[in-house]
Amino acid sequence: MTRVVATTPGLFPLPDWAKEDLSDLKGHQKDDLISGDESDEIIAAYNRARSEVIDRQQEAGLDRIVEGQLRWDDMLAHPLAVADEVEMRGIVRYYDNNNFYREPVVTDELSTTGDIAAELDSASEQVDAGLQAVLPGPYSLADLATDDHYGDEAAFLDGIAEFLADEADQFPDVETLFLLEPSLVENAPEDGEDERASEAIDTVASAVDADVVAHTYWGALEEKVYAHLMDADVDAIGFDLVSNHDENVYNVQEYGTKDDVALGLVDGQNTLVESPETIRERIDWFDDQTNGDYDTVYATSNTELFYLPVNKAEAKLDALANAAELEEVPQ
Amino acid sequence: MTGPREQFKPADHPNDHFLMTTVVGSYPKPKWLHRARDLYEEEDRNFDEENFEEAKDDASRLITKEHERCGIDVVCDGEMRRNEMVEYFAHRIDGYEFNGRVKVWGHNYFDKPSVVDEVEYDQEWLISEYEFTSDVADSPVKVPITGPYTLASWSFNEVYDDEAELAYELADLVNEEIEGLVEAGARYIQIDEPALATTPDDHAIVGECLERIADNVPDDVRLGLHVCYGDYSRIYPEILDYPVHEYDLELVNGDFEQLDVFKDDEFTKDFAMGVIDVHDAEVESVEEIKDNIKKGLEVVPPERLTVSPDCGLKLLPRDVAYGKMENMVQAAREIEAELDAGELDVAAVASADD
Repeated sequence: MTRVVATTPGLFPLPDWAKEDLSDLKGHQKDDLISGDESDEIIAAYNRARSEVIDRQQEAGLDRIVEGQLRWDDMLAHPLAVADEVEMRGIVRYYDNNNFYREPVVTDELSTTGDIAAELDSASEQVDAGLQAVLPGPYSLADLATDDHYGDEAAFLDGIAEFLADEADQFPDVETLFLLEPSLVENAPEDGEDERASEAIDTVASAVDADVVAHTYWGALEEKVYAHLMDADVDAIGFDLVSNHDENVYNVQEYGTKDDVALGLVDGQNTLVESPETIRERIDWFDDQTNGDYDTVYATSNTELFYLPVNKAEAKLDALANAAELEEVPQ
Repeated sequence: MTGPREQFKPADHPNDHFLMTTVVGSYPKPKWLHRARDLYEEEDRNFDEENFEEAKDDASRLITKEHERCGIDVVCDGEMRRNEMVEYFAHRIDGYEFNGRVKVWGHNYFDKPSVVDEVEYDQEWLISEYEFTSDVADSPVKVPITGPYTLASWSFNEVYDDEAELAYELADLVNEEIEGLVEAGARYIQIDEPALATTPDDHAIVGECLERIADNVPDDVRLGLHVCYGDYSRIYPEILDYPVHEYDLELVNGDFEQLDVFKDDEFTKDFAMGVIDVHDAEVESVEEIKDNIKKGLEVVPPERLTVSPDCGLKLLPRDVAYGKMENMVQAAREIEAELDAGELDVAAVASADD
């Protein structure tokens, strides 16, 4: 029988008090954003916010708990923002959104920061079971960054993958690792690049002893990209059923998928809150369409949650957790 | 001449040529107005709605006159009553709700509203703002209004099938508001659509919105469209088909790199060209601004060139905003005089730089 695991891709909105306090403590300009050397006061504010976000997930009853990625001012580009060998330059658009991040320019060979491991260490004090790590997938992180050192795209992608693998290697015990790969959809890799993207995901996935989900969103993967991704040694691939359910289902019908699957079932970019029943119907629909006999279905929002106001993001956590509960009611 | 423009030329205009000077809209608020808002929003301060309204009236008077002192031909009140370009309108439209702030970048947030019911026209948006400003002003007044496409794009849509459908509904409301504005005497209305620059593939949706907005608007009312910070090659020349008289575009910030876009296909409407940078706190010299204006004359003849800042000035220190406007007007007047004197051959200007 399929186990439904309620989770999220992380990157939560900051609690409203923290929006206020941290902007006062840090400032509004691009040089004021996180670079990994925050003052004790700022660290304390983030610790408190992280703790609240974890509490709220536990209260909702999610099966996987993220630390919230509240420090990720530059969203998925964050791991580079705290690396010594990276210059954070001007503000650039974050995918096709009205959101912006600082362009990371990699100027030297990347070395491990331990930054994300430290966040997880802090979270693990509060999470007994089900801690989930979140990282940008190597292809997406390379896509969000500019290379001024490695020389060509293949070498840069390798460098980024190694860097992420080294970061992941330092993680405390986690149950699951979500690798977020929106760029695989938004800026699809070309011939040859698609195979390398899949190998890069392998590099990161093999650094952790946890279930790894390669989660994609903002549409569906091109067929060839999907076929290559199926070669990656991950436990599940994530599909955004909110933005494009038909093409995602088509990929699975045509090329199959892993024994586990992650489904983006609630919209991380709209305040309309889906009911647990709707979420459940979407899981059943996907199951039917793909003749799935999945060991695990990760029920998640399609995108990160920081696009939403806090009250709606929280309502979506409740809906996801309740949908997973529904599943356990005898049919 | 495209569009009703002559009506904005001041009776005592010193030159035969007329390069109309105007602004995009927002202007730095006096510090005391921010303080007044804080007092109004804090409880137990004994600073009520009436006090806050009085403060906004005072600010509107002050900034309208500040524009006139700079010599701007068509003025506005610097949007003293508006807190933000989407929120202000969403608060006045039935069907919107607010749930809290969302991140734009870093610690910059926006109270992004949600459309939770069909949008309907409720209270007026800008009619009293216009009436107050035109009462205060000796010069003609322009009304900037956030366009329906931007209102739709920068909201959560819980109700309509897609963003286009929401945008069209909002366009009908904008049309209704403009009808009221025209009745109140407004003759120059600028639709602000910054969201178009970021999603240029949607230019047909914006076109349909503008058709709805322009429906039944009298011929003597000048309609402008303001777009900023985008890749204009992806919307030009298509936008020339929109039912507006003038396009107000930001160009200084990108060092006029995109100017050639407008030369490849003839610019058949009025060109309101950004000649001062709103993201640089250094006041441009009159000479520098004159050079910028001459670039505009490479695109359109003087009778179709409007001189304006790149965008709203609100992020600048107030004295800098004032200095920039003052120099902008002086630069325009000097160019007019040179054109009158035949010292500036427009065609020659165009070919010399080609």
